[in-house]
Amino acid sequence: MNPLLLTHEFLIIGLGLGILLADLWIAPANKRKLGYVAAIGVGVVLLYSLFRFNAPPGDQAYAFGKMYVLDGFALFFKRFFLVSALIVLLMSVEFADCIETGIAEYYALILFALAGMLFASSANDFALLFVSLELITVTFYVLTSFQRAQRRSLEAGVKYLIIGALSTCFTVFGIALVYGIAGKMNFGDLALVAPMHHYNQVFLCGLLLVMVGLGFKIAAFPFQIWAPDVYQGAPAPTTAFLAVGSKAAGFVLLLRVLFTAVPSITGRWSNLLIVVSAVTILYGNLCALPQRNLKRLLGYSSIAHAGYMLLGVAALNQAGKSAILYYLSGYLFTVLGAFTVICLVMRHVEGEDIGALAGLNQRSPLLAATMSIAMVSLAGIPPLAGFFGKFLLLKSVIEQAPAHPGYYYLAFVALAGVIISLYYYFGVIRTIYWSENPSDLAPIQASRLTRISIYACVIGMFFIGLFPGPLVNLANAAVKMLH
Amino acid sequence: MSTLTFIIGWPLLAALVLVFVPRTFRPVMRGAAILATFFSAALAVKMFLQFQTAAPDYQFVEQHPWVSALGISYHVGVDGINVGLVLMGAIVAFAAACVSWEIKDREKEFYILLLVMTGGILGAFASLDLFFFYFFHELALVPTFIMIGVWGRGERKNYATFQITLYLSIGALIALIGLIALYLGAGINSFDIPELTRHLAQNPIDEGKQRFIFPLLLFGFGILVSLWPFHTWAPLGYGSAPTATAMLHAGVLKKFGLYALIRVALPMLPVGAHKLMPLAAWLAIGNLVYCSWVAMRQKEFSWLAGYSSVAHMGFVFLGLAALNLIGITGAVVVMIAHGFLAALTFGLAGYLYQYTGTLRIGQFGGLLRRLPFIGTVLIMAAFAGCGLPGFANFAGEVTVFFGAWKAFPALTVFACWGALIIGAVYLLRAVRNILHGPASEKWSSLVDATNPWRKAPFVILVTCLIIFGCFPRLLTDKIKPRAQEIVDALNSSRETVPAKSPVIQAAIKPSKPE
Repeated sequence: MNPLLLTHEFLIIGLGLGILLADLWIAPANKRKLGYVAAIGVGVVLLYSLFRFNAPPGDQAYAFGKMYVLDGFALFFKRFFLVSALIVLLMSVEFADCIETGIAEYYALILFALAGMLFASSANDFALLFVSLELITVTFYVLTSFQRAQRRSLEAGVKYLIIGALSTCFTVFGIALVYGIAGKMNFGDLALVAPMHHYNQVFLCGLLLVMVGLGFKIAAFPFQIWAPDVYQGAPAPTTAFLAVGSKAAGFVLLLRVLFTAVPSITGRWSNLLIVVSAVTILYGNLCALPQRNLKRLLGYSSIAHAGYMLLGVAALNQAGKSAILYYLSGYLFTVLGAFTVICLVMRHVEGEDIGALAGLNQRSPLLAATMSIAMVSLAGIPPLAGFFGKFLLLKSVIEQAPAHPGYYYLAFVALAGVIISLYYYFGVIRTIYWSENPSDLAPIQASRLTRISIYACVIGMFFIGLFPGPLVNLANAAVKMLH
Repeated sequence: MSTLTFIIGWPLLAALVLVFVPRTFRPVMRGAAILATFFSAALAVKMFLQFQTAAPDYQFVEQHPWVSALGISYHVGVDGINVGLVLMGAIVAFAAACVSWEIKDREKEFYILLLVMTGGILGAFASLDLFFFYFFHELALVPTFIMIGVWGRGERKNYATFQITLYLSIGALIALIGLIALYLGAGINSFDIPELTRHLAQNPIDEGKQRFIFPLLLFGFGILVSLWPFHTWAPLGYGSAPTATAMLHAGVLKKFGLYALIRVALPMLPVGAHKLMPLAAWLAIGNLVYCSWVAMRQKEFSWLAGYSSVAHMGFVFLGLAALNLIGITGAVVVMIAHGFLAALTFGLAGYLYQYTGTLRIGQFGGLLRRLPFIGTVLIMAAFAGCGLPGFANFAGEVTVFFGAWKAFPALTVFACWGALIIGAVYLLRAVRNILHGPASEKWSSLVDATNPWRKAPFVILVTCLIIFGCFPRLLTDKIKPRAQEIVDALNSSRETVPAKSPVIQAAIKPSKPE
């Protein structure tokens, strides 16, 4: 075993512990600035990862008795999580005034959740899958209810706790069933024995129960029920991290389980995946239509986007998997850009109604433009990242259509979803630029680092949309490890 | 860099620059829009004149790989079919920028959207890569919706925005599925149109798949072109749109669907075309006869113009459905001619609306005395719409009828009657009611377009109609070689069509040219 394989995780956990310790000695007035330290730390790890850390020779390297795997796929997601945590940390510094006490703990918890995500991207065993999933979920219980004085934040935390705990039970039970039948926990070993259990109901049931836990993480139908409430109640940086990091962690585990542990069974689940994906898209988009609360609207929209990404899973081909990676990267910049704006505009507004965005173009043209670009990208309109991502996902689905006509229906459902979504995304843009008599016209200040992160998000959306070539190649290379 | 890249690039570059101009610099906005579209139009004219009629291949080509993993490249070029369309698009865009002085609020956003729309339109017609082809079209489509929603007129503008967005998005996305299926069906990992055409001429997609993909393209693009019975978005949408948007959409962007059928669907899916284009001919009769009939009953001039533009699309569909050289050549000429005509008509409607605040035909009367210039142009537009010789529309329509006569004689008789008689009735009646008769006191304060800047857009559009009407060979000579190639591809597929059963074979044989 080579402990250097776990460099990312060690560094991030060390950073988190350091922040917790520093909290003991630093004067309360300066605690807010610890967020910059955390962000810079994450940035350093990211740079280290990009420049010094290469994918191990021989494609895959293992640690802990093959429990932990490091390959191109894991590395792609590790960098993804580092970028998202970096922006979320900067966002939390802006948000710090709304958190009465324990801001340093907030930063540390984000780092621990990040560590969970880093482990998740390397999970090659049901035990590590479960541990990383719990590390993410338990930290998020605290992160969602961090505004202790506000009832809606507590409500969000409690809801997330109850439904999260329930889905954890399903996962553990599923893992127990799978282990009970196959006697294996490791994905590589499981792939060898799975073909023997194709018709074993208990084994299949166990796998389905594991899917329940992962479906909860990505907010796929019918496990999406928590998303709107929690998105609405949680502090904005937490919501952003939930929407990007937690969802991506769900996808990385889903892809690992489906395509390395039980690829032979996944191939026979196309109907199930088609239905789940189609219903998730329709549910998310239709429910988003009447929403007035911006975070709740984005909650429903995140369900819809989980559905779009499930298109790539349902397609069961390499193009689909690489399309998911591409889509997630575009989604990262889009959602974090949108939430940074929400965080700045709405931190002192009760209710977070879309109407609070009225006149934003006079209060801060930069924020107004960022929000509009993010909405346009989410709607999937060229030349932004969302368009090419949806194009890749659709292409992967239609590729499978000659074999199974259900995929054509799936493609049409996805298009229906896109058309429905135009309505509510453009509603947001209309409120920003064209609402009558905005009530508040005070200019909005943003610190220089936040502005830089906003610029980064905007550039990310445009760059990924206008020059998709490099990212497509990267994603194609990353999914080579999956079957 | 190729001239084409500059033609597409000027409007997009101007849009980008305008983003950073403060909104109080109003003349800058308008000036930049006019200047950028003027550059595009001037370059398009230059390109049209330099175009080598005899050369068989694409000209002014530029190609850069974009996503090599998927075979997508930025590839632009013109042949005889799209050189005229790019020219028409650039000229209409310039005219649309000129008439936009009616926009008084939020000029910055308006001109940015107008320029993005122009760049998207020109890019869509110039692209030789299936992905960019769609990408540019979508880039042009979205500003259309926003412009109707924000600067539109009439109390039904919200409904109109909603309807046009829904219809056109559905159409575009159905076509997208068809295009992706086509790309995957060809299986050479390339979005390059010339390459795909060459490959599919040698190795056609099997018949079952073609019969599945072709309807996706026909109806997807058909919705974009307001093919009957999917036309209901057009009259209301154009009636509610600001002048420049209606001119650009009705004149140019709508032609994209037809252009896509000619460029992609017919040469790449010949078997599907043989199976389904006769159906399109019947639907074209729906456009030509039914929509003309509906136009006769309209009381609003903008609705009349909207229905008339829907009706004219029938000519193009009929010409394409004939699947022969004359029909396709005529269809392209009609597309170009109707582009100028629709822009002219909606430009005039916008002028009248701006000064009178209404477009109800019953409210007007005797306007020719107050508006000698605008009235004359309106009469010329009506004549062109009826298909009077001397205007480009005549050249195109008569060619379409010659082509269609060979394929569907009965339908053609019906179409001639519908289009030419009914068309003449409603257009001439509108002219009489608006321009002639007793002058109403209400409009005594109306002013004619005297300023050369105000006249320019109308003069340019009428001039183009007359030039191409008197010298249609400027277009037909360029179109013919490529149209011949498409027809050859269609015919060769008919000969090699894999026979499924003796019955089908027997059915095919008699129609074979001896």
